[in-house]
Amino acid sequence: MSKRPILEMYGIHKRFYGFAALSNVSIRLFPGEVHALMGENGAGKSTLIKVLTGVYRIDEGRILLDDRELRVANPHEAQEAGIATVYQEVNLCPNLTVAENIFIGREPRRFGRILWKEMNRQADELLRSRLHVSIDVTQPLGSYSVAIQQLVAIARALSISARILILDEPTSSLDRHEVEQLFAVMRSLKEQGLAILFVTHFLDQVYEISDRITILRSGELVGEYLTSELSRIELVKHMIGKDLQVLNQLTERTDRSAARGQEPFLEAQGLGRSRQIEAFHLTIHRGEIVGFAGLLGSGRTEAARLLFGADRADRGHLRIAGEGRHPIEAPSQAIRQGIAFCSENRKTEGIIADLSVRENIILALQARRGWFRALSRKRQEEIADEYIRRINIHPKDPEIPVRNLSGGNQQKVLLARWLLMEPKLFILDEPTRGIDIGAKTEIQKLVLDLSDKGMAVLFISSELEEVIRVSDRIAVLRDRRLISMMEREEISQENVMKAIAGG
Amino acid sequence: MWTRISKHHLFWPLVALLLLLLFNAVYNPGFFAIRVQSGHLYGSLIDILNFGSPLMLVAIGMTLVIATGGIDLSVGSMVAISGAMACLMISRSADQNSLGAVILAIALALGLSILLGLWNGLLVAGAGIQPIIATLILMVAGRGIAQLITSGQIITINSDPYRYIGMGWLLMLPFSIFIVAIVWLFTAWITRKTALGLFIESVGANPTASRLAGIGSRTVLLAVYMFCALCAGIAGLIVSSNVSGADGNNAGLWYELDAILAVVIGGTALTGGRFYLSGTIVGALIIQTLTTTIYTIGVPPEITLVVKALVVFAVCLIQSENFRGLFLSARRSRRVPADREVSRHA
Repeated sequence: MSKRPILEMYGIHKRFYGFAALSNVSIRLFPGEVHALMGENGAGKSTLIKVLTGVYRIDEGRILLDDRELRVANPHEAQEAGIATVYQEVNLCPNLTVAENIFIGREPRRFGRILWKEMNRQADELLRSRLHVSIDVTQPLGSYSVAIQQLVAIARALSISARILILDEPTSSLDRHEVEQLFAVMRSLKEQGLAILFVTHFLDQVYEISDRITILRSGELVGEYLTSELSRIELVKHMIGKDLQVLNQLTERTDRSAARGQEPFLEAQGLGRSRQIEAFHLTIHRGEIVGFAGLLGSGRTEAARLLFGADRADRGHLRIAGEGRHPIEAPSQAIRQGIAFCSENRKTEGIIADLSVRENIILALQARRGWFRALSRKRQEEIADEYIRRINIHPKDPEIPVRNLSGGNQQKVLLARWLLMEPKLFILDEPTRGIDIGAKTEIQKLVLDLSDKGMAVLFISSELEEVIRVSDRIAVLRDRRLISMMEREEISQENVMKAIAGG
Repeated sequence: MWTRISKHHLFWPLVALLLLLLFNAVYNPGFFAIRVQSGHLYGSLIDILNFGSPLMLVAIGMTLVIATGGIDLSVGSMVAISGAMACLMISRSADQNSLGAVILAIALALGLSILLGLWNGLLVAGAGIQPIIATLILMVAGRGIAQLITSGQIITINSDPYRYIGMGWLLMLPFSIFIVAIVWLFTAWITRKTALGLFIESVGANPTASRLAGIGSRTVLLAVYMFCALCAGIAGLIVSSNVSGADGNNAGLWYELDAILAVVIGGTALTGGRFYLSGTIVGALIIQTLTTTIYTIGVPPEITLVVKALVVFAVCLIQSENFRGLFLSARRSRRVPADREVSRHA
């Protein structure tokens, strides 16, 4: 293996609105290696990547590519220099076809005319030969699942003759099989001499695929380690910078069924929506955590959206707090009934990126109060400060636009928005996706505390362990149907897996 | 301190306005002079405020529409309709100078404007038609409606109370300036002291997330299009009052484009989200100053549009951060540090 790094970044500094997102960070990438970039939310991982790909300009520091100063002013120049990136949340155009997405801006042409057939052929071949995916590349990207979209994004990066491939949380929405597929691709690229920078929160995956680890904490470099020489415990310690007490706080749960109220808060009777989710029955009691387990596309999210009125059910009805009513028709109606919903798509369905942290936090409360009962600026600031402190949002300035926060902190802003409403039922769809261990634990703990105080929770996650850990009962979904409802006694990793897999 | 000033959203629009005014002052030394004549203030600056008032009104309404991520192309036609409606009512009344008749005419004209705004809002929020198409319908049909109201003629009236709207004086200043001030203050109050502004920005920046946060975006959109139409209606009163007549064909022609331009110059993005009312006012003043300049320096009529386009182009360049970056890059946006900084961090 070559000892000379292909890319070196030294003494990188980057400040936003007076807080340092990166201070004196360095990292080296070697050809033929998978380099894992680790750190908690707000550690500066995303910022570092954006600096490297020309989205942000650095305030201080040097970037060397092949021992030569690299100057990239925008992502396009970074691509030209051989740095390809696949971001956490798919950054493609859902209304263009798969082939168009792969070749956009670089379409095969003759005399300025785009060779559509050639383009489709190349796209198909690329996906087939390098990613082992065979799909109709002439269909709009949006008609495929998030997992496929992710693979297309990777295919796009591959089609550019990249020397450095950056994968920012590529696996957060892939199922196990798809992750295997991705890793196979990564290994073969590694053998071809590519340097791969891999960002993830899954420790297993880091140890499975990476050769080298760089750890960041609060915008500062902790160190660079060989994966084979760093134990998991050490890694986690370096990331969160404190002992593992936080992790141990989530010990095995005591039997809470006694604490759970017997009074149902929400009853769905034959609720369903054609082509989305078949009619299902579901009861959630006060103070109870119901988990949804199932694969991607099993109908988890679709079912939850009906309960909140994000989509309209076309059959069945809901009883909330013992009152029978027709399906909820709009989110505002659900909110008045005391239901809150955190969507899995943080960027498109959660935060309002342009608005400040303060405005994002008070948004739902203000919406319930209406136009004219405006919260005074002073009250808004009190609320924002309180929640920034309570759930530990970083940076602490409530006036920063939410777009400048890390993914995990954006998630916390959304949690704050809904906690402020004091909901009776909180629907959390993938609340910990793309979030580091520390924040993940914090969020799980928060959920448990809230349910102890009588809040009903519907918890959706692709991480089975997590669902099992927090849930009192688990509903298993498969192929857009709710297929079984498990009581606490029956819940075990094996049972749930069996139910998900079917047979 | 300097960066704080130059980062303020009003900084570059004000620079552009100041440059335009200075150009005028150089060309015409008496440009800034304001004299008192029979108890009224006269001068080029007063004229700009006075003649610019319809545009400022239309642009205020347009700002809110654009902030929701929409656009209203029909404001020019609504200016014509409102003026035509008011003039028709006054011309039909027995005594054109009766205050009651004028007030009734104004109420009807503004009521009709709000109704037209409701129509736009229903198409956008109810039927889900893209705003540019939805309002294009009324932009085209509106001219026809205005002509229908005036029966294809130019209605002239002779009404002192009505003339006061556009030509009257109050506290030494043209009355129309007060109308703009009131509408501006009202808009600022309703958007910033109630939650309406937050909802508008939120719906404009991310409609899906806003819906999931429980904001009734439909109501917000309806209100905004109705308010924009009301602003256009008031502008229509001033325009028709200035000439004491209604011309269905030409009143408010191309106002929509000037208004959109004023909003954009003022710093509100066409993609929706954050909006800046004071920026819009400055933007409208830039456009009005430009128009005045072109008349006073005697640009031949056949090339006035070209000159206007060139100045607008220049204003947009001054505002473009990327363009300014071309000149400032050496000094400000250094991508690579000096050697001694590197050694310090190595």
